[in-house]
Amino acid sequence: MPEYHLLPAAASVSAIQYDYLWWYEVAVAVIMTALIFAAVFYFALRYRRRSETEIPKQIEGSRLLEITWSVVPFLVMLTFFFWGAALYFRSQNPPPDAMNVYVVGKQWMWKVQYPNGVREINELHVPVGRAVKLTIASEDVIHSFFVPAFRLKRDAIPGRYNTMWFTATKPGRYHFFCAEYCGTEHSGMIGWVTVMEPKDFQNWLVSGGAEGSMASQGQKLFQQYGCSTCHLFDEQGRCPNLKGMYGSRVLLSDGRTVVADEAYIRESILDPNAKIVAGFSRDIMPTFQGVLNEEQVLELTEYIKSLAETHNGIFSDVQTGPTAGGGRGGSIANAGQGSLDTRGTSMTNEPPRPEANAQGQDATQPPAALPTSAAPGGKK
Amino acid sequence: MSTETTERTPINYLNATTGWKSWLFTTDHKRIAVLYLISITVFFILGGIFASLMRLELTTPQGDMFSSDTYNKLFTMHGVVMIFFFLIPSIPATLGNFLIPMMVGARDLAFPKINLLSWYIYIIGGLFALGAILAGGVDTGWTFYTPYSTTYSNAYVMPAVVGVFIAGFSSILTGLNFIVTVHKMRAPGMTWGRLPLFVWGMYATSLIQVLGTPVIAITLALVGLERVFHVGIFDPAIGGDPILFQHMFWFYSHPAVYIMILPGMGVISEVVGCFSRKRPFGYSFIAGSSLGIAILGFLVWGHHMFVTGESMYASMVFSFLSFAVAVPSAIKVFNWTATMYKGSVAFNTPMLYAFGFIGLFTIGGLTGLMLATLAVDVHVTRTYFVVAHFHYVMVGGMVMAYLGGLHFWWPKITGRMYPEVWARIAAAITFIGFNLTFGPQFILGYMGMVRRYHAYAPEFQPLNVLSSAGASILAVGYAIPFVYFLWSLTKGEKAPANPWGAKGLEWETASPPPTFNFDHTPVVNEPAYAYAKDEEVEVV
Amino acid sequence: MSDQAVPIEHHSPFLQHHFDDLNQQMDSSTLGMWVFLLTEIMFFGGMFGAYTIYRSLYPEAFASTSRHMIPWLGGINTAVLICSSLTMALAVRSAQIGKRNLIRIFLILTMIFGIAFLGVKFTEYYLHWQDHLVPWAGFQYPEAPQYFRQAQILFCFYFFMTGFHAVHMFVGLGLLTWLLVKNERINFGPIYYNPVEITGLYWHFVDIVWIFLFPLLYLIGAHS
Repeated sequence: MPEYHLLPAAASVSAIQYDYLWWYEVAVAVIMTALIFAAVFYFALRYRRRSETEIPKQIEGSRLLEITWSVVPFLVMLTFFFWGAALYFRSQNPPPDAMNVYVVGKQWMWKVQYPNGVREINELHVPVGRAVKLTIASEDVIHSFFVPAFRLKRDAIPGRYNTMWFTATKPGRYHFFCAEYCGTEHSGMIGWVTVMEPKDFQNWLVSGGAEGSMASQGQKLFQQYGCSTCHLFDEQGRCPNLKGMYGSRVLLSDGRTVVADEAYIRESILDPNAKIVAGFSRDIMPTFQGVLNEEQVLELTEYIKSLAETHNGIFSDVQTGPTAGGGRGGSIANAGQGSLDTRGTSMTNEPPRPEANAQGQDATQPPAALPTSAAPGGKK
Repeated sequence: MSTETTERTPINYLNATTGWKSWLFTTDHKRIAVLYLISITVFFILGGIFASLMRLELTTPQGDMFSSDTYNKLFTMHGVVMIFFFLIPSIPATLGNFLIPMMVGARDLAFPKINLLSWYIYIIGGLFALGAILAGGVDTGWTFYTPYSTTYSNAYVMPAVVGVFIAGFSSILTGLNFIVTVHKMRAPGMTWGRLPLFVWGMYATSLIQVLGTPVIAITLALVGLERVFHVGIFDPAIGGDPILFQHMFWFYSHPAVYIMILPGMGVISEVVGCFSRKRPFGYSFIAGSSLGIAILGFLVWGHHMFVTGESMYASMVFSFLSFAVAVPSAIKVFNWTATMYKGSVAFNTPMLYAFGFIGLFTIGGLTGLMLATLAVDVHVTRTYFVVAHFHYVMVGGMVMAYLGGLHFWWPKITGRMYPEVWARIAAAITFIGFNLTFGPQFILGYMGMVRRYHAYAPEFQPLNVLSSAGASILAVGYAIPFVYFLWSLTKGEKAPANPWGAKGLEWETASPPPTFNFDHTPVVNEPAYAYAKDEEVEVV
Repeated sequence: MSDQAVPIEHHSPFLQHHFDDLNQQMDSSTLGMWVFLLTEIMFFGGMFGAYTIYRSLYPEAFASTSRHMIPWLGGINTAVLICSSLTMALAVRSAQIGKRNLIRIFLILTMIFGIAFLGVKFTEYYLHWQDHLVPWAGFQYPEAPQYFRQAQILFCFYFFMTGFHAVHMFVGLGLLTWLLVKNERINFGPIYYNPVEITGLYWHFVDIVWIFLFPLLYLIGAHS
C-alpha cells in the first residue's frame, strides 16, 4: 500500500529553502483570509438589517484607509517578491563544478544520459550532496521535467536547451513527472529519481556505459559525418579549430562576442549560418538539422567540450565518470548562462560571465586557438 | 396568488412583439441579452458535462474510464467551452447588455444592430466549436501550445481554432458597443463620477476586450496557417519559435482572465451596496481600481512562462508587476467589506453569493500571489495548484458573481421573483460543493500532482476522491437554480419595479421594462447610490 | 430623479430612434469607428510584431528575400493609395458641403484607385507565384538553399500581411459602393455626412497600414 503524505518529501537544498518561503506565504494567506472572513461575518451579523425602512449613515470613504490598505499589503507582497526572486536567482546559476547530466524528452519517455555513456530511460540516478546540472532538451513537442521532491521543474523545449540544477540531500526514490501537456501519454511520461550515497553512486555509474562515453560516441560521429575534414586540429582548415573552443569567448564576423557554451555548439551544428566566426566565410558548413537527433548533438557537444583537454581528442577507453574537480566530460568550467538559448543572446539578455575555461585561461583574453581576421588562411 | 387576472399585463419588452422573427431579428438590447443568456447556459451545461466526466475518471488513479486521447479531449474542450463560450461572454453579454443602457439612462446601446451581429457571430463561432467536438474533439489543451497543436496533434484543431477566432469578434464588437455607449449616451447629469460601479467594471472590461482580443485572433490565425501549410512559424524543426507562440498567446490570455473577473466585481459592488443599503465605500477607488487592473493586466503575461527558460530578468519584472496588479483587487475586497460596516445588511440570495465571492476570491487571489512568487511558482506551476487557483477566482469568483447578479436582476429581467428559500439553499450547497471540489486541489498541487493527467500516482487518490465528491455536490448546487428559474417564469411571484429598495436608474423602470426603457430621457441630479440625502453623507 | 424630461426628437429622418439627437448619433458613430480602428491596430500590430521578431532573428535570409520584391511596383501602389486618400478626403469634404455630384466623382475616383492598387498587388502575387515563391504552392528557393526555411517563413508573412491588407481593401471597396448608392438616394450635407466621414476614417487607416507595410517589406534591406 503506497504511503500517503500530505506533503512531498524535501530531498534537495532547494526544496528545503523553498519550503520556508512557502510556509511563510501560506501563513500570510491564512491570516488574511481569516481576517476577511471574520470581518465580513462580524459586520454582517452586527449590522444586520433590523427594519425594512432603515437607512444607515452613509460613509463616503476614507483616503487614509485606502492608502493604508494599499501600501501595507503591497509591502508584504514585496517580501514575497524579494525572497522568491533571490531563491530563483540562485536556481539559475549552477556552481561551476556541477555534475552534468543530459535529459532528452520525447513522446512519451525521458532519456537520460551521463557523460560517461551510461543511459537510462525514465530513471535518473544522482549522488547525495553533489550539485547536479541537468541539460534538458526535447526531440518533438514541449515537455517539462518536474521533480516534486526537489521543488523544481524546467520545460523541455524543442529547438533549445534549458538547464536546471540541484543538490540532493536525502537518499531515496522520488517521482519525476512530465509537467507540460504533450499528447496522448502525457500522464505516462513519468519516472524515478534515485538519490544514492556517493560511493554507491560511483559504483552504479561505472557498471554501465557499455557503448563508451558520450565524448567517445561524439568522436565517432565527428568522423562519421565528416566534421574532421574541415575542423582540423593541427593546421588551419576552412573552419575554426575546435580545440579549446568550449568555454572561450568567440569573436563573430558581425563584431559580436559570444561565449562558446552548449547552446552555441548546438546552434553551430544545426544552424551554422546563424553565427559566423570572424575570419571565416558563411555558407560553407552544411546544416545537420534533421540529420542528427538531440542525443547525437549532445554527444558531439561532450566531445567538443573534451577538446579543451590536451589529448588530441582521441578516446580509446570508457570514461570512469567525473572525478572531483577536474576530469573529462563532466566538470569543465561551465561558462554558459543558466538558460541556454540556441540563438545566443538574442532572446535572453544575460551578459556572459567571464568564467575561466578549462585551460585555465582567463576568458576575457582573446581566444588563442581561433584566428583573427588578419590571420592567413581565413577566406573573406 | 395573483388577483390581477382581470388586469392586463402592461406592455414590456418581452411581450411587446411576438413570434420567433421578433426575437431573432431584434435590436432591443434586452432581448439580445436574453438570447445570450440561453446560449451561454447551453455552453455552460456542455462544459459542465465535460468536467463531470473528468472528475469521474479522476476518482481512480488509473485511466480506466476513458482512453488517454478521450480524456485529453475532455479537458481541452472543457477549457475551450468554459472560457471562450461561457465565461468571457457571461456577464458582459447578458447583464452588461441588459443593464448598461438603463444604468446610463439610454434607450439602447450605441449600435443595436451591431449588438445583434455580435450574437450571431458568437453563435457561428460556437457552431464551429461544436463541430470540432462532434467530429471527434480537440486534444491540445485550451492553450494550443505549439508545436503540438500545429504539427503533432491528430485531432480537429482547425475547426476549434476557427470557432474561437470567430467568437473573438463577438467579444470585440460587444466591447466596442459598451465603450461608445458609456462615452456618448449618458443621460444629462449622469457624469462619470455618478456612474454605477457595474458600469465602471464593464467599461474596464471592454477596454481589455477591444485591445486584447485581436492579438489572440492573429495568434490563432497563424496557428491555423501553420497547421495547414506547415511553413514553420512556430515549429522549431522548420525554423519557428514555440516560445513566440506562448508570448503572443498569453499577451491576450492573461488580460482575458481580467475580462473574466472585472464584470463579476462590478456586480458585487452593486449587490453589496444594495444589501448594506449604503453607497459602496471608496467609490472612486473601486472605479479607479477597475481601470488599474485593466492596464496592469496587460503587463504581466510572462508569469505563465517562468519555467520555460525565459530570461531571468524578464521573469523578475513579470513577477513584480504581477504583485502590483494584485493591489487594486485587494482594494476592492477591503472596500466591499467596509461597505458593510455600520450598514443595514440583509441576507437575500444575491448577498449570499456576494459573501461567497468575497471569501473565495480572497483565497484565489492570495494563491495568485504564491504563483507570482518566482521560486514557489517553479514548484507549483503546471500542477493542480494552478488549477485550484484559477477555479477559485473564475468559479468561486466570477460564476458566483454571475449567479448573484442573475438573482439580483432576475425580477427586472423577467418580471418574476425567484423562490428565496430554495435560492439560499442552493447558494449554500454551491459554496460547500465548490470548496470541497477545489480546496483539496491546492494540496494535491503542492504534493506534486501534475495537471492534465489522465492517470496519476496512487498517493494522490484520497484527495481526488474528495474533490470528485465535492463536484457532485457543486453540480446539485448549479442544477437547483436552473430548475427554479425556469419555474419562476410562469409561477413566480410578480415582481415590483424595485423589490430590493436599490438605487440605480434601472430600478426606476417597470419590471420587466418597456422596450425603450424610458418614456423620456431621465435627468440625473444626485450622486450614485443616494440612499440618504447628501448632507447626511459622512466623509471620513 | 427624472423630474425634467428631455423629449425625444423625431425631426430628422436620419436620426436613429435610440439617440437623442443627430449630434449624439454622429459622435457615437465616429467614436465607434475610432475604437474599431484601434482593434485593427492591435490585429495588424500582432502580425507586424511577429514579423519583426523573425526578421531580427534571420537578418540575412530576410535580406535575400527582399531582392524578390519589386520596389517600383510597390512604389506605384503607394502613390496610388495616397492619391486615393486624397480623393476620399475630398469626398468627405464634398459631403460636408452637400455637393452630390462631387461626392459621386470623388467616390468613384477613390474606387478606381483602390481597384488599381489591387490589380498591381495581384500582378505581383502572380509574378511571385511564377517564381515559385508562394509557400503553400511549390515553394522553391534555389538561389540560397540554406535560407529555404527562413525564406518560406518570410514569404508566409508577406502573403499574410499583404493579403489581410488586401481583404481590408475589398471591404473598403464594398463600403464605397454602399456610399455611392446611398449618395444617390439621400442628401448628404452639413447636417448629416457621418457615413462618408467614418468610411473615410476606415479608408485612411487601410492606407496607413500600407505606408508601414511598404518600407518594411520592400525597402529595408533591398540594397544589401
